[in-house]
Formats: sequence, C-alpha cells, structure tokens
Amino acid sequence: APLAPPASSTAPRLSAAASPLSTAEPPTPYKDVTGYNNFYEFGTDKDDPARYAKSLKTRPWTVVVEGEVAKPRMFGIDELMKLAPLEERIYRMRCVEGWSMVIPWIGYPLSALINQVQPTGNAKYIEFHTLADPKQMPGLSSSVLAWPYVEGLRMDEAMHPLALLALGLYGEVLPNQNGAPVRMVVPWKYGFKSGKSIVKIRFVEKQPVTSWYRAAPHEYGFYSNVNPEVAHPRWSQASERRIGEDGFLQRKRPTLMFNGYADQVASLYAGMDLRKNF
Amino acid sequence: MAPRAGLPRWLKPAIFLLSLLPLARLFLLGFAGELGANPVEFVTRSTGTWALVMLCLTLAITPLRRLSGWNALVRLRRMLGLFAFFYASLHFTVFLWLEHWFDLAAMLLDVLERPFVTVGFLAFLLMVPLAATSTQAMVRRLGSRWLTLHRLVYLIGPLAVLHFWWHKAGKNDFGEPAFYGAVIALLLAARLVGRRRGR
Repeated sequence: APLAPPASSTAPRLSAAASPLSTAEPPTPYKDVTGYNNFYEFGTDKDDPARYAKSLKTRPWTVVVEGEVAKPRMFGIDELMKLAPLEERIYRMRCVEGWSMVIPWIGYPLSALINQVQPTGNAKYIEFHTLADPKQMPGLSSSVLAWPYVEGLRMDEAMHPLALLALGLYGEVLPNQNGAPVRMVVPWKYGFKSGKSIVKIRFVEKQPVTSWYRAAPHEYGFYSNVNPEVAHPRWSQASERRIGEDGFLQRKRPTLMFNGYADQVASLYAGMDLRKNF
Repeated sequence: MAPRAGLPRWLKPAIFLLSLLPLARLFLLGFAGELGANPVEFVTRSTGTWALVMLCLTLAITPLRRLSGWNALVRLRRMLGLFAFFYASLHFTVFLWLEHWFDLAAMLLDVLERPFVTVGFLAFLLMVPLAATSTQAMVRRLGSRWLTLHRLVYLIGPLAVLHFWWHKAGKNDFGEPAFYGAVIALLLAARLVGRRRGR
C-alpha cells in the first residue's frame, strides 16, 4: 500500500520542520490512516467518516477560546495556521478498541495557543468542543453520544510539549475524516481523548464531563491514559494490532505504558492511582 | 393444507453450497487483500454474524414447516444447525488463535472477566453437544432424550443475541442485535402459538 497521499490529491500542502519528538517507527499507510476512522459525527462504522465527511465545510472556520482566560478571543483557521511554526510529529496512536497506527501529524504544541490567551489562576482544566452541525454531519441523528462531542485535559497535560494542536497529516491539511481543519492529538492517551474538528476551547475550574464519560462512566474515565495493566471492562488493553503492518496471522504486539511516552509524561501522574483514575 | 412431496433433489446440495458462500467470500477477499484495515476484526465479525444467521435459519424450519405444511423441510434442519456450529467454531477459533494466540489461560480469563465474552463462549459451548449428537445413530440412541437435549437451542439463540448486544453496547449501536433479537423472539414465539393450537 502506498504510504504517501495519492498523486491525485488536491489538498493544500503544508511545509513543516521535522521534530525530535517523532517516532522512527514506519508510518501507517495513508489509505488506512484516512480510511479506518472513528468519527461518530459521520457514523459509527470505520469507513463512514471517509464516505460521509466530504460534506464537512472547513472554511471559513473559527475556534472560540473562552472561559477562565485573561484574553478570550476567536481564531480564524488561517490565523491558527500561522500561530506557531508547523512541525511534523510522527506519533503512535493507540485506539481504546485495541488497534494502533503511526501517523505523521503536522501542527504545533497546544501550549502556543494557550499562552496567547493567558489562563487565569482558576483555569484547572481545558475543554474541547467538536462541531455539531446536523446539516453537515449525518451521524448526529443517532443517539450514540450526547452532542457536541466534548473532551478535556488537565491544565498540565494540555501544556505538555507532546500535546499537539494538529492541522495536517502526511504533508497536507487534515482530511475531513481525520478531524479537519483543526484537532487535538494527545499521543499518550487513547485516541478518543483527541477531539476532532474543534470549534470551541474552554478553560474551566472543574473537571469536564467528557462525552464518553457521560455515555459509560465505568468504561471511559477522564484520564484514559494508555495503560496495558488496566483492562477495559469488555476487553484487555495488554496488547494491540498495528493497522496496515501486522499481518492477519500475526500475534498482537504488547501495548506500552502511556503508549511508549512514559519517559516524557509519567511524572504528570506521580502518586496517582492509575487504576482508580483510569 | 395438503401435505407436499419430499424435497426436490437439488435443494439440499444447493443450500449446502450457498451456506459455504460466506466462507468462500472471506477467502476471496483475503487473497485479494480486501479484508480492510483490520482483517482480524473483519473475519471475527463476519463469522459471528453468519453463525447467528444460520442459527436463525435453523430455528425458522419448524415454523415454516407448520405454516406451509411442507414437512420435508425438516430434512434441512440438521445441515443448517451444523453450519451454525461451523461458523461459530470459526468465530471461536479466530478468538482463541488471533486474539489469544492459543494461550488457554488468557482466553479463559477473558471469558470469566468479561460478561460479553462469557455469554458468547457459553452459547458456543452449548452448541457442542448438539453438534455431537446430530448423527442419525445418536438420534436413535438417545430417543426422547434427544429432543430434550436439542431444546438447548432455545437458550443458545438468546445467548448469542445477548453476546452481540453487549458487544455493540459500547457504541449504543443496537440496530443489528435488535434485528436478530426480534427474529429469534419471533421464531421462538411462533412455537408457543403453534403448541397452543395443539400442533
């Protein structure tokens, strides 16, 4: 399978500097990165987003940043593109369902945006809201989750250099099915923690009630750090299947603590019971 | 209704071949590299769904026979039931092999810890004695006990639907399990009605 976008792709290219935070593991083929997605706003089947996200209009696009900040403001997508130097970050992505990919994202640390709005002392958490427009998103007619999709991070997590505000992948702007035009990527947490097609970022004092937590609190905790030792109530998280790389008759590979980013992020959770704070 | 003749000679072999199509499709897709980004998931779900479809078809024989008066239909039932067991076995094999790499302890832990796996495993386990006693010789040897034993299928159907239901619970996506649940409920209810009418 070809790794890069097809030659026929007309998506705008983005130039980005290579990052020392990238993994050397081979990226998952473009076809799988853009064809096997969870983005329930477009349907719950893995191929629904690629099929139905064409209707998503990504320009004009604004992101409202509000809440416990000294300088609340609204960013246009072009402003966001230029807010900080773009980097290519090749990250592992571990889905809570037991599969993983390696994706060459393009973006910059979320901290660059956070510093622009100056959070107040009351800002303990940050909340991300995904677009919820039934005209563009056929999946909203189902009651799988309460819309809009809400995700959140603790402030220190959001400020961590690995937490990426992503605007592209594989050298292009984000394909719609991957959360265009702007999304989060938090590589040490299960994939659903990284909100897609973000329209609002709120700084808050209380721990956000995230969409998946609301739907099934005993299954999807607020932290949802990748952890091979804490099983999901319906399956083990000890191992995973790398999409596009692990063959059909191949043993699953072991899942790494914090998805292999323990050296960088374990200190964020020092002294916390990760079984309780799953 | 007037009793009809036996089965046309071609019917049973034709249904046999049709029942193999889901497996043939998996092989064809596999060789063409068309099983998608997650082939193991695809094969697991496909074999599970076809086990349930075959189970529904098996359970449909008796109501169909009563409705149509075509008693010879019963001669298709064993084959359909064995195909249900066949696809369930493939489903279980994928689970034991590709999920757990033949680590029996890990597999059993999975079965014990996760209710959705527990009921699926139970449904499969209950199918084993039915498949084992499906021969003519066993029917004769067990006599009336054979019928009692094979009533287990009334439990297997609901367990299989529950397995599917709990599997889909994570996505609150109950369309498919609700469909199979309704089919099985209808097929079981048809028996109660039939019995009340003294047939």
